[in-house]
Amino acid sequence: MGKLLMLMLEGTFTSLRIFFLTLLFSLPLGLVVAKGRMSRHRIISSLVNGYIMIMRGTPLILQLIFVYFAPYYIFGSSTDRFTAVIIAYAINYAAYFAEIYRGGIQSIPQGQLEAASVLGFTKVHTFTHVIMPQVVKRIMPAMGNEVITLVKDTALAQTIGVAELFRVAQNAAAREFSTMPIFIAGIFYFVMNAIVSKSFDLIERKLDYYR
Amino acid sequence: MAVITVDHVRKSFSSLEVLKDISFALETGEVLSIIGPSGSGKSTLLRCITNLEQVDSGTISIGGDTLVHTDDQGITQYADKHTVARIRLRVGLVFQNFNLFPHFSVMRNITEAQMHVLKTPKDEAQDIASDLLRKMGLPEKADAYPFQLSGGQQQRVSIARALALKPQVLCFDEPTSALDPELTGEILAVIKELATEHMTMMVVTHEMAFARDISNRVIFMDDGLIVEEGTPEAVFSNTKNERTKRFLSRF
Repeated sequence: MGKLLMLMLEGTFTSLRIFFLTLLFSLPLGLVVAKGRMSRHRIISSLVNGYIMIMRGTPLILQLIFVYFAPYYIFGSSTDRFTAVIIAYAINYAAYFAEIYRGGIQSIPQGQLEAASVLGFTKVHTFTHVIMPQVVKRIMPAMGNEVITLVKDTALAQTIGVAELFRVAQNAAAREFSTMPIFIAGIFYFVMNAIVSKSFDLIERKLDYYR
Repeated sequence: MAVITVDHVRKSFSSLEVLKDISFALETGEVLSIIGPSGSGKSTLLRCITNLEQVDSGTISIGGDTLVHTDDQGITQYADKHTVARIRLRVGLVFQNFNLFPHFSVMRNITEAQMHVLKTPKDEAQDIASDLLRKMGLPEKADAYPFQLSGGQQQRVSIARALALKPQVLCFDEPTSALDPELTGEILAVIKELATEHMTMMVVTHEMAFARDISNRVIFMDDGLIVEEGTPEAVFSNTKNERTKRFLSRF
């Protein structure tokens, strides 16, 4: 039992690495994608729109397999499995985050931009100090949903052979002819997501000082 | 001396011509009211002067510098980015819907532009803001957030925010239209006080009694044109213009 838990903690560590690295890359990338989607240049916005359609319109598991195997067929060499997972997750989640950002940015009243403009704020200052702080507050509930989904999506990484928590649990279940490890993994996921939910609650409460 | 001159300004939104050849001058220390029915172009005129909209043709000068100019060949050109940024700070604008920054305290609403745009040191900016809040009758609201204030208080903060940049001209775009009659009074009182201090102001308003009371001059606009221009006396009491008469008869 002790050995099983050790293995599962190792698997959890891999899942958490996927989780945090995905967020690290997809959160800023999503902002770039959102900007592209809102671009006034028709070519840029439709290209970015196509990318979002593909990312949201096909299964993540398929994208994962594509990112891992496509370079092999095209260039004859492939990236390592873990890197492929991070790339696939980052570009997939960036598409979802981008749409959330876009909704947030477009929900800020035009008057805020006009006030900033009349006061002589630069475009950058307006974006970083007027728009984004208000966007962050508005998108928190939607972001919470997405981040919780990401915790559970880390389980897909096993598709290309990355030994994250769920793969470890399945291996143990097969070895011991028992479903117990899988249920224990369920508890692990639940605890991780309880922490995510609590964190979002905390942030939302922190941002509750204005309306 | 004219602080703003507007010469033959035209502005269309796609096929709709909103400003049809507008010319007037605003003198230093003057309070000018612009009245007229909805859709007459008065707000658009204000937005062109504050550079929220770009004119199609015509000349606008502010404080002796040219914001936009149409030359003899009919080519309309705006001043370079730097000049525009410098000129536009000479004109403050108070919005109908206040447009305060909801995530900033009242203090930060008033200090942000001073610090970011004018590079005023923080304590100096805060002193200026405190003085303005006292003047607006809101000295105890520095740490409050906009949502905690009444509409009238929010509008007074937004006037303080505009004044903090020490503009040569303060423009008001229907400053009381979002307020109930009781709160309207407190804003009109503030504008009146500014008038006694010879602040140069341009007020787009539906408050006829107020326009008559505080203005040195009144412009009546209709359908993108200046129909009549004169002292409040001339426009409100002695107008010969049929269109003006018809408009005023409803008040």
